Parts: sequence; C-alpha cells; structure tokens
Amino acid sequence: MSARQPMDPTNFEPLGHSAERERLEQTWSTPPGIYGWLTTVDHKLIGKRFIVTAFFFFLAGGILAMLMRLQLAQPDNRLLGPDLYNQIFTMHGTTMMFLFAVPIMEAMGVYLVPLMVGTRNIAFPRLNAFSYWIYLFGGLMLYSAFLLNIGPDVGWFSYVPLAGPEYGTGKRADFWAQTITFTEVSALAVAVEIITTVFKQRAVGMSLGRVPLLAWAMVVMSFMIIFAMPGVILASTTLIMDRLVGTHFFNPAEGGDALLWQHLFWFFGHPEVYIIFIPALGMMSSIIATFSRRPVFGHAVMVSALVATGVIGFMLWVHHMFATMVPNAGKMFFTVASMLIALPTALQVYCWIATLWTGRPVFKTPLLFVLAFFFILVLGGLTGLMLASISLDTQVHDTFFVVAHLHYVLIGGAVFPLFGAFYYWFPKITGRLLNETAGRWNFWLFFIGFNLAFFPMHQLGLEGMPRRVYTYPEAMGWGGLNLLATIGAGLIAASVLVFIGNVLWCRRRGALVGNNPWSAGTLEWATTSPPPDYNFHPVPVVAGPEPLWERATGLPVVAGLSDTTREVLVTTLIEAKPDHREELPGPSLWPLISALALAALFVGSIFTPWAVVWGSIPVAAALIGWFWPKKRETEEEVAEEVPP
Amino acid sequence: MSAEPVIDVSRLPTYAFGKQSLMWWGTLGIMAIEGTVFVLAAFAYFYIRGNVGSWPPGGLKPPDLLYGTINTGVLLASLWPNWWTDRAAKARDLHRIRIGLPVCLAFAAAFLVFRGFEFAALNIRWDTNAYGSAVWTLLGLHTVHLATDAVDTAVLAVLMFTGPLEGKRYADVSDNAFYWYFVVLIWIPLYGVIYLAPRLN
Repeated sequence: MSARQPMDPTNFEPLGHSAERERLEQTWSTPPGIYGWLTTVDHKLIGKRFIVTAFFFFLAGGILAMLMRLQLAQPDNRLLGPDLYNQIFTMHGTTMMFLFAVPIMEAMGVYLVPLMVGTRNIAFPRLNAFSYWIYLFGGLMLYSAFLLNIGPDVGWFSYVPLAGPEYGTGKRADFWAQTITFTEVSALAVAVEIITTVFKQRAVGMSLGRVPLLAWAMVVMSFMIIFAMPGVILASTTLIMDRLVGTHFFNPAEGGDALLWQHLFWFFGHPEVYIIFIPALGMMSSIIATFSRRPVFGHAVMVSALVATGVIGFMLWVHHMFATMVPNAGKMFFTVASMLIALPTALQVYCWIATLWTGRPVFKTPLLFVLAFFFILVLGGLTGLMLASISLDTQVHDTFFVVAHLHYVLIGGAVFPLFGAFYYWFPKITGRLLNETAGRWNFWLFFIGFNLAFFPMHQLGLEGMPRRVYTYPEAMGWGGLNLLATIGAGLIAASVLVFIGNVLWCRRRGALVGNNPWSAGTLEWATTSPPPDYNFHPVPVVAGPEPLWERATGLPVVAGLSDTTREVLVTTLIEAKPDHREELPGPSLWPLISALALAALFVGSIFTPWAVVWGSIPVAAALIGWFWPKKRETEEEVAEEVPP
Repeated sequence: MSAEPVIDVSRLPTYAFGKQSLMWWGTLGIMAIEGTVFVLAAFAYFYIRGNVGSWPPGGLKPPDLLYGTINTGVLLASLWPNWWTDRAAKARDLHRIRIGLPVCLAFAAAFLVFRGFEFAALNIRWDTNAYGSAVWTLLGLHTVHLATDAVDTAVLAVLMFTGPLEGKRYADVSDNAFYWYFVVLIWIPLYGVIYLAPRLN
C-alpha cells in the first residue's frame, strides 16, 4: 500500500471571518489573571495542568526511587533506616501508580480526545476542572503526611493485617487509603467525561469505525476505570472503617478475612496495569502511523484487540495471589487467562510491524521511544508469561524478579511510549518542536539506563533477594548487581534531566514548525498549534479515519453553531450524524469550592467518622451552588432555544 | 479558501432528552460505577459468609422483615410518580411537574424514615462481627444513594417553582427520574441479600 500525501492543514484554517473569530474568542476564552486560573474549564488548560502536575509527581517518585537505589547500592548500607525506607518504597509505588501513571494517561486524554474527535471542549467541563483539583489535593495531602514523617509505610497495595488496626498503628495507612479515594474520584470523573465526549461529541461523519485508535484506547481505559476503580473504592473504604469505626471486614477473629482485601485490591489492581498500558498502546498507534506515513495496518483488528485486552484484563487478578491458599483449580483459570492476554497484545505488535514494514519510517525521537517499547515490553511480557506459571511464581514471589518484571512492563509499556508522545504532541501544545539532538540523548540515556537498572534485578530475584528489604548482608553476594542497578538508575535520572532541560528551553526557543510538523492525519492537527480557545473554526466534517490524509484540499465543515454561547454539536452514537446542539458551561469557581469541601471531608474522615456527617453539608451546599442556574445566562439561552 | 460549509446545524434543537443528551450518558456512567460498587459489596458479603458454618453467624437473628418489606413496597410504588413526572418532563408540562416532583419527594422522605427503622431492626451492630459490618455497609451504601437523590429531587422541585427555567431543565427532571429507577432497581437484589440470604441456610 502506498503512502498518502498529507494535506496542508492551513487550508482548513481559513484566514477570513475575523469578526466571527473574535466573537468565538470572546465566548470561549478563559478570564485573565488568577481568577481565570482558578475558574477555567478549558480542557487544554486543565489537560496541560494535569500533565505538568503528574510530571512533578513523577519527579518526586523518581527521587524516592533514586534514594532507594542509593541505599541498596552496597551491602549493609546505613544511608536510610528501615522505617524511612518503608515509607519511601510505599510512597514511590503509590506516587507512580496513583499520582503519576493513571493521572497522566487521563491527562493526555483530557487534552487530546476533544481535539481528535473534532469538538470544542470536553463533555462536563466543570467536572473536568473539579477532577483536577481533587487530584491535586489528594497528592498534596499524601506528601504533607510524608514530610511530617507520618507517610504510609505498608506498601503500595497496603495488605492487611499489616495495614489493619492491629499492626498499622497511627494514621499512616489512613493517609494511604484516603489518597486512593481522592484519585479514584478524579479518575472516575475523567472516565465519564472521555466516554461521553467520544460517544456523543464526535465530528460529523466520524462513525465508530473512523474513531482514531488513541481515542478508542482512551475509551477502553475509561471503561476499565469505571469497572475496576469500584474495587479499590470498596477496599480503601472498608479498610478505613475497620480502622476508625471498628468494623471487622479483615479481622479473622470476628469472621472477617484478610484475603478479602487481596481480592478487592487486585480486582482493581490488575486492570490498573492495563488502565496505564492501553492509552500507551493508543499513543503507539498514533506515532507509528504518522512516522510510517500510512494508516495503521488492520484498524478493526487493532480496535478489537484493545477491547479484548480490556475485557481479559479483568480475569487476571488472582495471579497476584498465587502464594495464597486460593484453590488450585481457580489458580489454573487465572494462569490460562494470564497467558491469553498476550494474544491481543501480540496482534497489535504484528499490526504495527506490518505498518512500519510497508510504510516509509522516519526515525525521529518519538519513533525511537516507540521502537524501544517493542524491545522492553516483549521482555517484560515474557517474564509475565513466566510469572503466570504457578510454580515459578511461588518460587520468585516477593523477590526482585517481580520488581524487574513490573518495571519492564510499566516503564517499557507505558513510560517509553509516553515520552514518545511528549515529543510527538509537544508541537501541538506549544507550536514549537523539542530539540532532536537532546531528544536522542534523552532516549539513549533512558534506554541504556533502564536496562542497566532493571535487567540485573531478574538475576537478583532468582538469587533470592526479596523486595522491600532496606539492606542485605555482604555475604549474600548481591552487591555487584545492585551497584550496577544503581548506576543504571543514575543514567535514567540524567536522561530525565535532559528532557526537562529540553522542554524548558524549547517551550520558548524551540523551532517554530507550523501547525502540522509531522504531516499527521488525525483531526487534532487540523487546527492551529497551539489550538485557539475554541479548538476549531469552522468545526470539521470527516469521511475517514485519517481525515487530513484523505483530501487534498480543506475538509468540509459545519456551519450554524452559535459563536456567542459555548455551543457544541452533539452527534449520534454509531454514525455520528448531527443530532442537536448543546451549550457547555463556562468558567466557574464552584468546581474548586466543591473540591475544597470534599477534600476537607476526606481529610477529616482520617481522624473522625463525624467528618463524613458534618462534612457532607458544605459538600452538598457547594454542589447545589454549582448546579443552580444563573438568571442572566438562562435568559440568554432561552432567547436562542430551539426545542426538540 | 477551500473550506466551505456543507452542513448547516442552526435549525437543530438546543437540548435533548434521554440517550441523545450528554447528561444521560453521564448519569449512565455514574450508575455503572455505583452498580459495580454494589456488586462488589455483595461479593464481600458472600465471601465472608463462606468462612462460617451458619448464617448469620453465632445464632444471631436475621434482620426483621417488617420494615424492609414495607420499604420495598414504598420504593416500588415510588416508580409510578417518578414515571409520571418523567412523562410530564418530556411533554414539557410545568404544571404536572410541579405536582409530580413534590410527590416523588414525599415518597423519598417516607422511605428515609422507614430506613431508620430498618437499621434498628437489623438485629446486629456494625462492630459486632464481619457479618454486621457487611450488612450495615450494604444498607448504608443504598441509603447514601437515596439521600443524595432525595436532595437532588428537592433542589429540582424548588427550581421548578422559583426558576430561572429553560428547556434544558425538563431534561434534568427526566434524568432525575432515570437515576431514581436505578436506585429502586438496585434495591431489589439488595433486599434479597440483606433479608432473604440469612434465611436460606
């Protein structure tokens, strides 16, 4: 199949209509100054803020990882004591999973999905603002506790009875549980927004078969959030109740069961891995298509594989519990499912290889990160297949072999594509290109450092080094490989510093490269880079999955949307035919006020159950204030109303 | 300038009911989340049950049937005013909405009063044993949903009398009924778990 010529998207952004554009600007703009900063509902501003915040947590989690590596660099090291080490590995895992990985994937969705489907804002934009604030407050609460030396210290999956009232004294485990509550609320809100945006706000003509693979990936991620997060909602709530009001869910002396915790946690925890991994697969598809100069081979197969991964992802949780007394017949089922999930991933890998093979690959930094995915994820996937075997899993359970495996999967499967995505969409967000030479340094330091840091851990695990020990005696002979791992971690840190320098330099001084520097085919590139407040004018109509590659001249467009209210076009679920217009809400302080009220309730409930009762009053008041319509706005809408 | 308008949407309606509208999908998403919480809470209940020989454990009495059963009747009966108000909303009949919403609210209030008696008739405290914890959690979760929707209905009812009103608010009334159906339907299996499961040994 031959490559297609990209169209010039500037054709699509007509220069005329300046009066109309000015009105749109006025309608969709965020108020200036600090008030605007606190009230904005623009998915691009919130998305950027989400990305930057999640990246800060990535740095915090990375510093904690570096501290652990320094501690383990030599035997009998006394840099960190056991208590601090416990807090640090707990904080590292909790930060990376709950404050970095899931939020940054959602954040990419918040920024990109409305642009990719061709609409002017995300569905429920105030809920979107709210979800950012609640996420921010949760992260700040966790780090405040850590800095006060009362950070959680029971591991990122907080197993009972260690985390229960008997052994987990003080408030440490409660801070962990409430951090989870904050991020759940945020993640669930974003999931509902993304599904609604993709289902109902697509550009006219973007039937389900033409939805870009990244948008599909975000939808599958959102469905997984909706069905997985309730597991950890229930787990963290019952844990806090056991600790605070004397329930006995996890207390065997009164008929409770510690394994119930593991079931509830991993019913969420395993899908969580795919919640992180699936958006990365979507990013892979975007980057591979653009840099191969052709659409991804087997679009329908790719979508089915994403959905299959999402479904099978819910049938694996017990493989985290092979070392418990779950019945063997049950374990066998989970072994089979754990192997089965390799199939849809393999299908996607083959489709990508076919795409690269038949395209004309351009080896720029984003593609390098994507190619590293193949190498690292395949290694992580292979150790995953090994761990699916009950006997092998029992042998290496809770050793560094598992640490190596999970980092190969999560960093190879999600962080490498994510960095590729940063390079790929940076020009969309800023209008400027990241430096290519720095990009290559960033990539090679990361790739070499990553393998140096984590490959030796396989061997350490097989030699019996348990995870979560703050030190080890010299006689074990683990010193050399640990030192190697620490050197690798240092290279990763250097690579991240190169990335930060690259971003800081290029956001002001990077090369200006126009609206579509990669000649990509999907709709987010059909507007200016960075996009205007209203995203598109006029709003596009599409006739294929890569609209910018399919027409030599400009896209057909929609006319007749209001330019004085924040109106978006709502389309039908399957075929994306025009259905009706709906006005989205504008900037408001209520999401912030509601988030503050809810944060007070959550933090208060660490200390007293009455916080839930009294705290619900300001929450209800804030939500009513949020909902209550304003007279002037209502009158404006009534004036333009067309009933169904 | 090659971009030419091809589709004029200026005559399309500015709001819609049911699955056409954005809010309906948001509501459906909330139901999917909360439905999953209920399923997992019921799973926890039966998981704990699997650990003991008799149920309820230790010769405890199962919850009394009276108030739970009355309440189930109240809930099922409340479907009718909600459906009636839903239809009024879709017909944009403000007069009937102003009758329907207060009636729905009265049902919710009656339900919450009986719910208080239900808690008292569970014959167990939440901190007695794991069975008590599970029963209180199931009933508590459902009560939180009811209370939330009752407040929601009250706010909408006030708005329907005071304004400011626009067409979109009719869709809100309809979605409010939609959520109420969910709260009622989820109760039927919960009634089975809380009241009937301890009687089937």
